[in-house]
Amino acid sequence: MRTLNTQEISDCIYRLARRAGTALTPACRASLCAAASRERGAARFALDTLLQNADTAAAQCMPVCQDTGMAVVLLELGQDVLLTGAPLARAVDDGVRRAYADGCFRKSICDPLTRVNTGDNTPAHLHVDIAEGDRVRVTFLPKGFGSENMSRLYMLTPSEGRAGIVRAIVETVRLAGSRPCPPVYVGVGLGGAFDSCAFLAKKALTRDVGTRHPREDVASIEDEALETINALGIGAQGFGGQVTALGVACEIAPTHIAGLPVAVNIQCHCIRCEKETL
Amino acid sequence: MKQLRLPLSEADIADLHAGDGVLLTGTIYTARDCAHRRLFELLDADMPLPVDLKTTYIYYAGPCPAPAGKACGSCGPTTSARMNAFAPRLLDLGLLGMIGKGEMSEETRAALVRNKKVYFAAIGGAGAQYAACIKKSALVTFPDLYSEAIYRFDVENFPAVVAIDAQGRSVYDRD
Repeated sequence: MRTLNTQEISDCIYRLARRAGTALTPACRASLCAAASRERGAARFALDTLLQNADTAAAQCMPVCQDTGMAVVLLELGQDVLLTGAPLARAVDDGVRRAYADGCFRKSICDPLTRVNTGDNTPAHLHVDIAEGDRVRVTFLPKGFGSENMSRLYMLTPSEGRAGIVRAIVETVRLAGSRPCPPVYVGVGLGGAFDSCAFLAKKALTRDVGTRHPREDVASIEDEALETINALGIGAQGFGGQVTALGVACEIAPTHIAGLPVAVNIQCHCIRCEKETL
Repeated sequence: MKQLRLPLSEADIADLHAGDGVLLTGTIYTARDCAHRRLFELLDADMPLPVDLKTTYIYYAGPCPAPAGKACGSCGPTTSARMNAFAPRLLDLGLLGMIGKGEMSEETRAALVRNKKVYFAAIGGAGAQYAACIKKSALVTFPDLYSEAIYRFDVENFPAVVAIDAQGRSVYDRD
């Protein structure tokens, strides 16, 4: 049994949040560069501005985007770890609170009815998986809501199959149009149930853009959906062009014999995701 | 890129075509979801507004707090479509125009044409670049809304694209 004080998790969240808010992932930057080389006109102008913006943000340690997001925290907690100190959720929120204050990040979390802001961007959206071993793997994904708002869940029937899955993914991006800040990154959950399917889609967004799923039948859905999306012509910012999505990432889990849940979680071009193992 | 000073003249407006790149210099006011709801509550109660619509461009945005030595933190545009519920009435009351990102409704497009006004798209996600264009920032009203309060910005060479022009042409139309 390994003992770990939750203060170490809090400090890790702080580090990851500060870094994530001010820097695109290297895979995202490479993908935006490749997209820029394929575009002309207003779409090219938008992509060039975004690359310049990423450099400005990194150099000045400023948020890449003012929507510094809902703080999504994924913890894979080894079952041989004994946590001590403050309760885990409180430690995580404390890390978020300090990072958003010190980083001059926007506080974007409010009550859904009264719309009163919590003032410190907490609570974090914390998800804990129990894993093997004595390590804690921490993933921090600041999730903007211009893109989150465009996400959809489909409860397809088994007979709709692979074609239905591709149709659902493409339809979600088509209906979103210019609104979610394309070129988007599309996270897809396949299977599970109503709730777990949506979570799979979010988890897919923590994969580096440009990577393929290890299962060939899943990867081929990613490939076909991406190609069909990029034929829509929406382009960067909706200005028209070849690149409407930077990538499609699917995660899969067993489902019920009666169902085929498909969740499509949209991420804007500003892909920010940081990971660390404690 | 056309360099333009706000407020735009009638000649400027007549000369703008959807898809044109522009650099805007002048005064703009932020307002997003909650601030719009409050403006509408004031209008419905026949109360005066905290800004004079007839001299105002609204920037759909909610900034990050300003770091030391800067007028404003990161501040790119938010999704304009959420303000479709508000834009037509404000345009009919004299609003000079809007800056945001993404397509807007047919009702908003019709109100722009009817009032000969322009909707500009800033580049969504370019928050740090826009912060550098904001030379002065002042809180106008609704401080309890944090980033959703109304701020007045003096901007210089603020990059944008004409999204919907005064003739109703849209950069988002695909045909």
